[in-house]
Amino acid sequence: MPVRIRAMLIKEFIQVFRDKRSRFLLFGPPVIQMLVFGYAATLEIRHVPTAIIDFDNSQASRDLISRFAASPYFDVRARLNDRRQAGDLIDRGEVIIALQINSGFAQNLYKGQLAHLQAIVDSSNSNSALIAVGYVNQIANRFSENYKTERVQRTAPLMLAQLPRVVLERRPWYNTDLDSQWFFVPGVIGNLVLVMVVTLTAFAVVREREIGTLEQIMVTPIGRWEFILGKTVPFFLIGLLDTVFISLVGTLWFGVPFRGSIGVLALGAVLFILCMLGIGLFISTISATQQQAMVSGFFFTMPAIVFSGFGTPISSMPEVFQWFTYLDPLRYFLDVLRGVYLKGIGLDVLWPQMAAMGVFGFVMLTISVVRFQKSLD
Amino acid sequence: MRWHRLNAIARKEVIQIRRDIRSLLLIVAMPLLLMVAFGYGVSFDIKHIPVFVYDREGSQQSQDLLKHFQASEYFRVVQSVTSYSEVVEALDAGWCRVAVVIPSDFSEKLKTAEPVGVQALVDATDNNTANVSVGYSEAVIQSYNRKLQLEWLQSHGQITLQPAVSVDARTWFNEDLESTANIVPGVVAIVMAVIGSFLTSLTIAREWERGTMEQLVSTPVTPLEVMIGKLVPYFVIGLFDTALCAGIGIWWFHVPFRGQWSVFVFSSTLFLTVVLSLGYLISVVAKSQLAASQAALIATFLPAFLLSGFIYPIDQMPAVIQLITHLIPARYFMTISRDVFLKGTSIDLIFDELLALAIFAFLLTFLATRAFHKKLS
Repeated sequence: MPVRIRAMLIKEFIQVFRDKRSRFLLFGPPVIQMLVFGYAATLEIRHVPTAIIDFDNSQASRDLISRFAASPYFDVRARLNDRRQAGDLIDRGEVIIALQINSGFAQNLYKGQLAHLQAIVDSSNSNSALIAVGYVNQIANRFSENYKTERVQRTAPLMLAQLPRVVLERRPWYNTDLDSQWFFVPGVIGNLVLVMVVTLTAFAVVREREIGTLEQIMVTPIGRWEFILGKTVPFFLIGLLDTVFISLVGTLWFGVPFRGSIGVLALGAVLFILCMLGIGLFISTISATQQQAMVSGFFFTMPAIVFSGFGTPISSMPEVFQWFTYLDPLRYFLDVLRGVYLKGIGLDVLWPQMAAMGVFGFVMLTISVVRFQKSLD
Repeated sequence: MRWHRLNAIARKEVIQIRRDIRSLLLIVAMPLLLMVAFGYGVSFDIKHIPVFVYDREGSQQSQDLLKHFQASEYFRVVQSVTSYSEVVEALDAGWCRVAVVIPSDFSEKLKTAEPVGVQALVDATDNNTANVSVGYSEAVIQSYNRKLQLEWLQSHGQITLQPAVSVDARTWFNEDLESTANIVPGVVAIVMAVIGSFLTSLTIAREWERGTMEQLVSTPVTPLEVMIGKLVPYFVIGLFDTALCAGIGIWWFHVPFRGQWSVFVFSSTLFLTVVLSLGYLISVVAKSQLAASQAALIATFLPAFLLSGFIYPIDQMPAVIQLITHLIPARYFMTISRDVFLKGTSIDLIFDELLALAIFAFLLTFLATRAFHKKLS
């Protein structure tokens, strides 16, 4: 290795690992974030606090209510006989949902008419509300099915045996228990590597400019390429190291299965980190101070994370924004991470994602290096 | 505390902010970015789930069932395949989230009244979407069953009555179950947390790093004067951004504002004080701007995003994490913001939250001035 590059690299590594605090910065925040994300990020809904108002008080209505009480999705907190009380509980946030059965419920069922179950839902959290209403529907549907079957059994037991019936067999693949940690943990790895590499790279260059040490380096015989390599190679390695570190936390602590090959993940990580180095360098070329770098970096990292499909599926976004996601390298890296971790797929499936990251990284690095050289003049 | 010294510090900070026009513009544009990213990028209304179908029978009846899937707005039948390996490939590559497989003896079994299993193979890497997809598939199958059985019963001259429970869901506060109505009041809180942490976390760290702190210390200003003087300009920017956020939410995303403006302004001011003093505290303690920005990210932005109930419901988190959320100021403001926007809650119902914020504001101011004292000596 040429002497000057080595000198530059040694300087950078010394700077990065100089004191306890900066060493902590490299590994502490990612691990903290991983732990918080792993435990806090869940969209599952269980034990929704529920109030019941039963004006019918018949066998049928009690049967329906007992199904709610037995379900893991609902927690019956109050049985009321006044609708206003329910409204009050919802206002104060003590229950999220109030189920009301009007009198005549059993009679309507018996006559073969529609029997109404009213659900008053606090939908200020639309996701929870949506899922909760889905569960109400499921329980109500099963109830009607049972009711119907029982009735046919009473009136024409022979018929029942001949009734055609389709049953849905659910087969969740890759994540059989629908564990949300399995979904979020591989995604967090992508997020963390993105934020780490972009900020570290951008800050490293801009700090030299802000403090004024950039001029000192420029008067040494270190060339531009050597400077660029010196400023990128350490963060490339740190990015890789962080990937390994966070992945270990994901596998060993959270028990997320790793079904694919390490080689495929490594290739994806290398390509993705190159993309992020390109972005970080680019930000450093347009920033004079660290504050500028931080704010500009945020303008990249935030949309990159939101539109990557990290939390909610891309197919639910408005169409214009779906197109926009193709420009997001994190989108491809998440495919690789989740593909390797949960699906156990290889390059034969993931090559388009790899190619996309390769192209993005190449273009971004070229633009940044050209701009960077100009900014040094 | 002397007014003219405070004024001088504030003016110095304003000049420094004004000198860096780009950062200022970006900061002012931050609400726009976050509103667009979260408003369009985070959608829980899961629709148009891409579906592959594998009809092993190809009879009229099996096609009839598939039509039920096609007719649902929740599914988008992308392709019909003719082999199982194509199904596996599609799920592996992520071309579809659900694959419906109809057995080759579908109509046969329907005739003999054996229950027929229709498989829904679901890509469960994203457990939430998988869960919702299964629910929707179940609903499609049930509506098909209803039709099938009704026809069968009618053709056998049996009961044509269809007793059923219909669920009338009344969603309060967010009648259309729009994600944006839920997200937008939350983004207001996020923006304030970001402004508070990102901007102020650097103000003191920058002075240390550039060596201008000694100059400041040699003047007769007191720590409290430094703090207030440095925070006032950011406070103004923060308030402006809050107003911008609320404006975009109300006029662009059509989120209702049902509460009182005075309550909103008062609680925003309180929350802004909390996040600014937290950012300031970090800035005083941290040695470098890089450390300060990382710490700010972890101490304010991340909890505001993850632990405040913004996207992930708090009552679904593990008990320990739920306890921790009580230490997160953003949690209280998140509740206030949503209540004021969507529920139109009056001040007495959010008294506890306001009190919590006031305690935080007092404590953090105290800690920050003390830390500053310590650092000087």
